Amino acid sequence: MKRVAVVGVGQTRFRTRRDDKTHPELTREAVSRALDHAGISMEDVDAFVFGTMDPFDGINCPDRWSSTAAGFGKPFMKISTGGTTGLTTGIAAYQHVASGMFDVVVAVCTQRVGENVDAQPVLNTAVDPIYEGHSGVGAISVAAIQATAHMQRFGTTEEQMAWVSVKDHESALKNPYAHIRKRLSVEDVLSSPVISSPLKLYECCPRSDGSVAIVFASEERAKEIRDNPAWILAESSISDSYFVGDRPDLAVWDSLSIAGRRLYRLAGVDDPKRDIDVAELYSPFTIQEILELEALGFAEKGEGARLAEEGVTFADGDMPTNPSGGVLCTNPIGATGLVRLGEASLQVMGEASNQVDGAEVALAHAWGERCSSTP
Amino acid sequence: MVLKIEAKWEIPYVHSAGEHATRFFEALKEKRILGVRCPRCGRVLVPPRAFCERCYVDTDEWVEVKDEGVIETLTINYARFTGLPEPPYAVGIVKLDGADTGMLAYLGGVDLSDWKKAHERLKIGTRVRAVWKDEPEGRITDILYFKPVEE
Ligand SMILES: [Zn+2]
Repeated sequence: MKRVAVVGVGQTRFRTRRDDKTHPELTREAVSRALDHAGISMEDVDAFVFGTMDPFDGINCPDRWSSTAAGFGKPFMKISTGGTTGLTTGIAAYQHVASGMFDVVVAVCTQRVGENVDAQPVLNTAVDPIYEGHSGVGAISVAAIQATAHMQRFGTTEEQMAWVSVKDHESALKNPYAHIRKRLSVEDVLSSPVISSPLKLYECCPRSDGSVAIVFASEERAKEIRDNPAWILAESSISDSYFVGDRPDLAVWDSLSIAGRRLYRLAGVDDPKRDIDVAELYSPFTIQEILELEALGFAEKGEGARLAEEGVTFADGDMPTNPSGGVLCTNPIGATGLVRLGEASLQVMGEASNQVDGAEVALAHAWGERCSSTP
Repeated sequence: MVLKIEAKWEIPYVHSAGEHATRFFEALKEKRILGVRCPRCGRVLVPPRAFCERCYVDTDEWVEVKDEGVIETLTINYARFTGLPEPPYAVGIVKLDGADTGMLAYLGGVDLSDWKKAHERLKIGTRVRAVWKDEPEGRITDILYFKPVEE
């Protein structure tokens, strides 16, 4: 396998709706910015990998529409894996280069959730129609049952979960691309309406329109393109049981622990707390950041809840987590995972909007389609 | 200001339940809940499926499990979402006696107006029993909900 680096990142401003642009126009905005950031042009790109979730866009194969903005006439692959789509797209682009088949590949994800008048009917089709189609479980419910389990098993409190939201909202104030930019207190979070107990409104992500693109380059090209490329150390992914009830313990995220251990072995990480400087985690609900920090070895089981409350996961803490404001403040569903990788890359380049001092090693993570994970 | 153009997806499908689920639904008509035992790991899978995903072997030993079990975790939905039931309603994972996996199910028989009180009443480990539809039709909805067993 060849060494690969991220050499360019481009994001659109994320909003509830981006009526000023169509799907391909949004794609073009992100791709142009990523190419500009890398200082290269369309002629330098060997292939594209495109990610999106069709039903949110309301177009079957929106990649076909957007492909005009993603390298007309070039090799093209489309990825669609639920919430993980963004990161899976990034991994596929990385593998395109790591395999030696291409030198410069752009991963781009566009999602227009705002045009989906009500996303729930789409989410309703994400469950097995045989056994679970009438279960009344929405996207939030799965996180909520994790929260109930974590609270009863480890004594995690509503205040501790609220701190995760306070931290992310504080960070998003510094991110010019973030969708929600508003300061919140623990009290604001706790007094917001209960959506799916114990989770409240401000513990749940928004739905955002936008696009993100990342340029991957082989070692030789990366060194030519920029002085501070973000080298990819390793990737790892895992699938999990389809039925949530098959998991032996919903208060821990076993599949993510396994994926994390594989990743650390490949990347030469002995102690994630010491060796990783910053993490961009896919946490659309507060409880999930807590579960992820524990599964990925940043905290002991049951201890993750204290980290935001004690300031550890704030941008200036010992384990900065989601300094971009994370998914709680910006969630263009099928693009969100790639935003995590883009933000993690910018941290390593020293160019993030909410830069963590001295960040050299970053971790990006996404999960989707019910808890399969891709760090 | 830009022009907006409406669009809608309305696409009918007919899904096959497969032979395993069909047998499970047939049993529901008699208010019986069936699972399958994995010949390798020995887990009883409820709802039943044709293979154990962990062992990657076929499952063909059928077992009947109780319509009683314990709550493994839950949530109560208070927001109104298109296509989901009228709030508030409780859903949880119930591990039935004799099963090794939990089943997603509605929980009921409890006042849901105050979520904290309801969580206390339905807390993890609470024993619950199925409340059946009077005349089951062989659908997952034949089990209306699980309610706490009065001690
Ligand atoms: Zn087995």
